[in-house]
Amino acid sequence: MTQMLTIEGVSVAYGKVEAVRNVSLSVEQGQIVTVIGPNGAGKTTLLMAAMGLLRAAGRMVFQGTDLSTIDVEGRVERGLCLVPEKRELFADLSVADNLLLGSYSLRDRSGTRQSLDDVFDRFPRLKERRKQAAGTLSGGERQMLALGRALMAKPKLLVLDEPSLGLAPLIVREIFRTIASLRSLGVSVLLVEQNARAALETADFGYVLETGEIVQSGPADTLIHDPKLIAAYLGGH
Amino acid sequence: MTALQIRLIVVAAIVCLVAAPFVLNPFSITLLNYIGIYSLAAIGLALLTGVGGIVSFGQAAFVGIAAYATAWVSALNGYSPWLGLALALVTTCAVAAILGFVTLRLGGHFLSLSTVAWGLAIAFLFGNIEGLGRYNGLSGIPPISIGPIALVESWQIYFLIWAIVVAVLLLCYNLLDSRIGRAMRALRGGNTLVESLGISAFQIKLVTFVLAAFLAALSGWLYAHLSRFISPGPFDAGMGIEYLMMAMVGGAGSVLGGVVGAAIVTLLKNAVQDYLPLIAKGASGQLEIVAFSAMFILFLQRARQGIVPFLADLLPEPKLSVPQPAPPLPRREQPAPGTLLVKAKGVERRFGGLVAVNNVSFEVRSGEIVGLIGPNGAGKTTMFNLLTGALRVDRGEIAFAGRSITHDQQCHIARAGIARTFQHVKLRPRMTLLDNVLLGTYARTRTGLIAGALHLNQAEEASARYEALQQLERVGLGDKPFELAGNLPLGNQRVLEIARALAADPALLVLDEPAAGLRRQEKLKLAELLRSLRADRLTILLVEHDMEFVMSLVDRIVVLDFGSKLCEGEPAAVRGDARVQEAYLGGVA
Amino acid sequence: MTTDIAAILAIDGIATGAVYVLVAIGTVLIFTVTRVIFIPFGDIAAFTALTLAALDAKQLPGTVGLVVVLAGLACLMEAVSLVRAGEQRRLPQAIFFYLALPLIVVGIVWLTMRFDPPMPVRLVLALLLILPISPLLDRIVFRPIADGSVLLLLTVSVALHFALVGLGLLFFGPEGVRTEPLTSLATEIAGIHVSGQTMLILTAAVVFSGLLFAFFDFTLIGKALRATAVNRTGARLMGIRPARAGTIAYLLGSLLAGVSGILIAPVNTIFYDSGFLIGLKAFVGAIVGGMTSYPGAALGALGVGVLESFASFESSTLKDVIVFSLLIPILLWRSLASQHSEEEVEE
Repeated sequence: MTQMLTIEGVSVAYGKVEAVRNVSLSVEQGQIVTVIGPNGAGKTTLLMAAMGLLRAAGRMVFQGTDLSTIDVEGRVERGLCLVPEKRELFADLSVADNLLLGSYSLRDRSGTRQSLDDVFDRFPRLKERRKQAAGTLSGGERQMLALGRALMAKPKLLVLDEPSLGLAPLIVREIFRTIASLRSLGVSVLLVEQNARAALETADFGYVLETGEIVQSGPADTLIHDPKLIAAYLGGH
Repeated sequence: MTALQIRLIVVAAIVCLVAAPFVLNPFSITLLNYIGIYSLAAIGLALLTGVGGIVSFGQAAFVGIAAYATAWVSALNGYSPWLGLALALVTTCAVAAILGFVTLRLGGHFLSLSTVAWGLAIAFLFGNIEGLGRYNGLSGIPPISIGPIALVESWQIYFLIWAIVVAVLLLCYNLLDSRIGRAMRALRGGNTLVESLGISAFQIKLVTFVLAAFLAALSGWLYAHLSRFISPGPFDAGMGIEYLMMAMVGGAGSVLGGVVGAAIVTLLKNAVQDYLPLIAKGASGQLEIVAFSAMFILFLQRARQGIVPFLADLLPEPKLSVPQPAPPLPRREQPAPGTLLVKAKGVERRFGGLVAVNNVSFEVRSGEIVGLIGPNGAGKTTMFNLLTGALRVDRGEIAFAGRSITHDQQCHIARAGIARTFQHVKLRPRMTLLDNVLLGTYARTRTGLIAGALHLNQAEEASARYEALQQLERVGLGDKPFELAGNLPLGNQRVLEIARALAADPALLVLDEPAAGLRRQEKLKLAELLRSLRADRLTILLVEHDMEFVMSLVDRIVVLDFGSKLCEGEPAAVRGDARVQEAYLGGVA
Repeated sequence: MTTDIAAILAIDGIATGAVYVLVAIGTVLIFTVTRVIFIPFGDIAAFTALTLAALDAKQLPGTVGLVVVLAGLACLMEAVSLVRAGEQRRLPQAIFFYLALPLIVVGIVWLTMRFDPPMPVRLVLALLLILPISPLLDRIVFRPIADGSVLLLLTVSVALHFALVGLGLLFFGPEGVRTEPLTSLATEIAGIHVSGQTMLILTAAVVFSGLLFAFFDFTLIGKALRATAVNRTGARLMGIRPARAGTIAYLLGSLLAGVSGILIAPVNTIFYDSGFLIGLKAFVGAIVGGMTSYPGAALGALGVGVLESFASFESSTLKDVIVFSLLIPILLWRSLASQHSEEEVEE
């Protein structure tokens, strides 16, 4: 299987504080990989470094290309797309415009119309609100919009930062169903989550990040039955 | 650094100031005079812009009003400069009050643009009003006299100028550490934060604005009687920028920075005037302003925070003394358990076409913990905002403790006894934990502007500080009261907000997702704290997503979905309700 | 005041206002993309007029010196930041873009001037020469603080204006200029004489307003530019490079400033410091449009022009005071009318 993304020995520091220390992980084509861990473990920092929004030491390779000389926009153009924790939507622009901008990075924009229709099929609530300003949507709808916008870019590897954050249980299930279905589109997924149960139920492979370091890893089915993990992460919501 | 060491440094500085005229040459004294005068205007701007967050380009216009006022009184009409001082202060403050009243409701950059507008308009007026000498200016302004002594020589007026500067510095330091000063420092946290503490943001902004104008007026009065000649030039837009530069170079929000900034900018200007002709022969006149602007731009690019905060970070932390036990502040009479505290009836709120809250009615009784749950977008935070006055109700009524609060303003509702926390924490990250909690006591204390500046009313301050410390200890943050709030991890920041809300001695505590982002252990501690608050007869209304947290804690639950009330009742009953399960829990127990 | 005089004042006001319109929509353009309230906009317009006058007099405009100095500075800054980031490979591209391109423009102007070109060509040359200035200023002054608050950017913008005025005096000297009218045509509308120049100004205002409106609302690039101003990080995650968006906005802005400078040069005497007042009054217009609406800015600018015309009839000395004082109620009205979100927190 081809390696989509390989991260080797990556460390990220905020001033003197090392938020991420010597982390290595990889995502293979067609896989859904998850990184779980508590608040403040460094998950978001890791993802920001992978996108190039933060400076990092170590090696990152995406589909055979070394990422160290490629800026954020360049990584997006190559098919590495992030749905950030804060969603970063364009609040003043309409839902439709937000989605259209998702396809900005594509060289070939002939399929944009079709992609838009696909996103609306997948998220009918967005279709209802397509002329509304993105800033007026509820939390769950914003997450759908952020996800839809990322899908418009036809990503090869989709990186999701806490997709369940602030969402009610019913919507969380819907989102994770959508994530699981991405496999059939040929999209690989790197998923970072506090909600360990939902993440491990959806993923193929998992890593556990605690205070900046990977402390455990393995196939998701194994991890979900690991007694230590169950006690720490899978007991509560 | 102990208080004693700080006092020694201050004394040493004062000694140097007093000794200066006997040691330095006349040119340096004149320079120091101008630095002192500019400092006053810069300190005013440091308060307005640095502390209050209102960028004003019009400080020079205020300086000009005062200068022209005193010139009119003393030069044109022959009265004493002290009468000129009175008129200068009154006129400038009156104009500031009017301008402030009209413009301070504007937000952010609109407000700054308005300062550009009236700054320009006033500056233009100086050059165009017939009786004020137009562009030729007014000369023959008499010197200030103290008793029989006329302050003609540079070194004579030097003492007056710097005595005023030192007095102003002291008063401002006192002010910033007092009730009104803390309210000023809270302004940068945004209107919602300020109003939720029972502080009228507009009032505090107006006070700060007029105070800055007052200091500008002092500066203008001294300027007129120092240079004995004024023209519109020194009060134009260019000078307005220079004052801003002084305040920013010295350090945004630092009063001492005003003096430091004035000194640096004045000395720099001098140096540029001396050296530029050497570098660019013949073109020096025009290049001066270019060089100056370029330096300002460079400074804004590299070192926005300014010099004094930068140096302060290098110095060791001053050791502050922990508040000692003091007589408690007056406490509210808590309503008897079980009485109706909140009654919401038919509340409705729309945003354009979206109905965020749809005909919602519920009650909260004294002494209970009520949970408001529902899917995202159900309208929970909107309901909170309606209850606390941050948003206006479209239809329906809300009553608190028997009185209707439907149309009340946020700060009045806060004063009536509702204290809240926010979904996205609103703290002052650069203020200490103690100061942040002290903000909560604003509505329970009364020390005004003058009393604060003069350090009177220490008894009330001591009581407030002790109260704040007690609240910190109650929530478990009492061991480091002088830590900066921004250094706390998120979980502790949420708890700090609760301490601040408690310091307001509320009847109702409204918590918006207090457990969000907390780890398991922290959530347990929080639940314990809330239970202990209920035991203290406090009523709590909270929004949460964590079902386990909510179910084990609350007495009653109200469920919202798509803006409407779905059902309410005891936790077990709600959990078992089929509609709730479908909408929210997804059929999972 | 008779209706005749009122009509003349109105036409006059609309003509002045139309020039302000171009500057106003240019200001809105730059603000919506970069969040910079570009006060020096008026100075750029004035510089264009001065450049055209110099070309008319067959002299090398002072603009050349300005462009060369700015190009050198910008190139230096870009080079230093690239080396610091370890991206030396991008140096040649940077040198081309920031140094070579402006120098080529200067070269073209210098060369063409030797052939004593006719008026339309001189217009194009003047525009060409002025075009690089705003993007270069953006690189030098605003790029390092691009994520700063609107207030910080505004403060820097005001400081920049003062620097430009100083540079203007240095490169153009203290004399005022007035160029020949672009056309000597004239018509009569409802019995009032309307010059061809006025018609030209009005047409330009309408055309450019319409084009910009269409650009921002209907093209993907236009939306991308708007998105950059709304959420910089979000834009980057869509593959939109904010620096490039800024440069495009400044180029378009330069064009608008240049055209307005050319249009106003035959009508008013322009000095090195005339830009400030032009910019400020146009700015009032932009505020009427809430800093976000092109039609609003256009109407506001026209309003300011008409107001100024009537005000100067009443009292020519106090006309500026009146115009600026009116900014305040306009700001109030705007602030009430718009739903502005919670103000930015500095710390």
